[in-house]
Amino acid sequence: MVDSPLRIGCAAGFSGDRTDAAQPVVDALVASGGPAVLIFETLAERTLALAQLARRANPDAGYEPLLVDMLRPVLERCLAHRIRIVSNFGAANPAGAARRIAALAQELGMPIPRIAIVEGDDLSAEARRPLLRAALAESTAVEVGLESMVSANAYIGAEPIADALLAGADIVVTGRVADPSLAVGPALAHFGWARDDWNRLARATMAGHLLECGAQVSGGYYADPGYKDIPDLAHAGYPIAEIDADGHCTITKPPGTGGRIDQHTVKEQLLYEVHDPAAYLTPDVVADLREARVVEVAPDRVRLEGVCGRERPSSLKVNVFREQGWLAEGEISYAGARAESRARLAGEILRERLLHLGKLRIDLIGAGSVLGDDDGRWLAAQPRGEARDVRLRVAMIHAERLQAERLPREVTALYTCGPAGGGGVRTALKQRLSTLSCFVPRGDVPTRFAFLEPL
Amino acid sequence: MSRSTVPLHRVAHGRTGDKGNRSNISVVAWHAELWPLLVEQVTEERVAEQFAHRRPSRVTRHLLPHLHAMNFVLDDVLDGGVNDALNLDSHGKALSFLLLDIPVDVPDALRRHLIGGDTDPAAS
Repeated sequence: MVDSPLRIGCAAGFSGDRTDAAQPVVDALVASGGPAVLIFETLAERTLALAQLARRANPDAGYEPLLVDMLRPVLERCLAHRIRIVSNFGAANPAGAARRIAALAQELGMPIPRIAIVEGDDLSAEARRPLLRAALAESTAVEVGLESMVSANAYIGAEPIADALLAGADIVVTGRVADPSLAVGPALAHFGWARDDWNRLARATMAGHLLECGAQVSGGYYADPGYKDIPDLAHAGYPIAEIDADGHCTITKPPGTGGRIDQHTVKEQLLYEVHDPAAYLTPDVVADLREARVVEVAPDRVRLEGVCGRERPSSLKVNVFREQGWLAEGEISYAGARAESRARLAGEILRERLLHLGKLRIDLIGAGSVLGDDDGRWLAAQPRGEARDVRLRVAMIHAERLQAERLPREVTALYTCGPAGGGGVRTALKQRLSTLSCFVPRGDVPTRFAFLEPL
Repeated sequence: MSRSTVPLHRVAHGRTGDKGNRSNISVVAWHAELWPLLVEQVTEERVAEQFAHRRPSRVTRHLLPHLHAMNFVLDDVLDGGVNDALNLDSHGKALSFLLLDIPVDVPDALRRHLIGGDTDPAAS
């Protein structure tokens, strides 16, 4: 077994994250001198469905749109210093992403890296429909049509990533893998842990969990002036986990960057999107956080201890997205005396005009728009106020595009038919993607990796 | 001992996460000595009441005593979740701030551990 710690830096927490985050992380990894890996996590739940739609429109697309912006500043330096790159930025087209990275290396005049493509997560092929139908029937208890299906992807684990790294990959491109697996794979490959070493896998999983949202562990998404002050969020440092041979980790960030890492920022991220802390389920392991402790060991250095693990689940989670109906939205602003009453009146007019089409959500931005429910119970319970700057926002979903188009037209018509002084109409009509989740037996989702053939 | 009532956000901080139609909200005490107040007062029942308009089908509280934290799991409060809700904030990301508005009764001896509220002369 290898004893030297592994440093894993994370330079993106979602598709659309800052593209200048990687450089300071790579600088810190290079300065540390030891074995290091750079990860980018770019796949939220619906990102993959949007990527599938992009691939339908253009067979060469379907991977992270910011791929080149993310990699260009650091690709050469990473390769020169043996910092390997692991990311799910392959989205719906990992092979396409791999080809684009090879082309980028050519543009930069550097040697073409060995790029591995992880496969097996995509279950959208016709041949996998019976598997999906059976799994959906079990989880939804109703017959689900798959005609309008856009994507179906299993959350696969760290093993193909580890295998690709052990086979000599410089870069590993995946589609849907569980986010923490982006860190577990490199740790597995580096330390040579047994693949049923549940405690170590669980600790590396939680290290990956702390990394996977980028700056969310280093002061991003945390600040609240006067209550939770964080320095220089404009230049927040993205996190680096130093993982030891037992899987315990210390979270830190590059020197000279903004943000902060302390026990509180780490606790918020540790519990982010966790349900039962006794059983955080991933494809690699079931992690148990009940005995977890966080220790501030130095400024911007927090150690996570006490995580343990149990045998991984026998099934894998699958998200299925379908195109279902249209989301129509419209907004108009009212300001000055009685602005709130005028906005409320505009909402009532729209409700009456659109009543026959179904449920209409009404928000009064500036008076109440976010905490309420789609049925309007919350808003109805609020006292009518005197807000002087209110933006009315309405939204509805309709199965038929032609019907959904009524909403933007009615909002626009408020210019001449609505209350006094309304301005700034904006409307949008989007095809809606609905999600279903189910579980399939692990054995039905074989995973593998392949190296990109030379261009 | 005299006591006073403050909003939970002076006693603890938290963050919302979402998966499907389920929201989880962490509540982390600002100080170890404040933790027992959370356990005693920020109960499943109290949180269910705070989110009544969202009609949770279940509210579960998980305690993490070593972290002085708890994790609330609220089922079916996101109007279907990120792809189905009509809410601008379809993830329910702002919901931690609804939870952190719950009033908490704090003994004077513990007020020095509260944060924020600089306009309150009794605060440290």
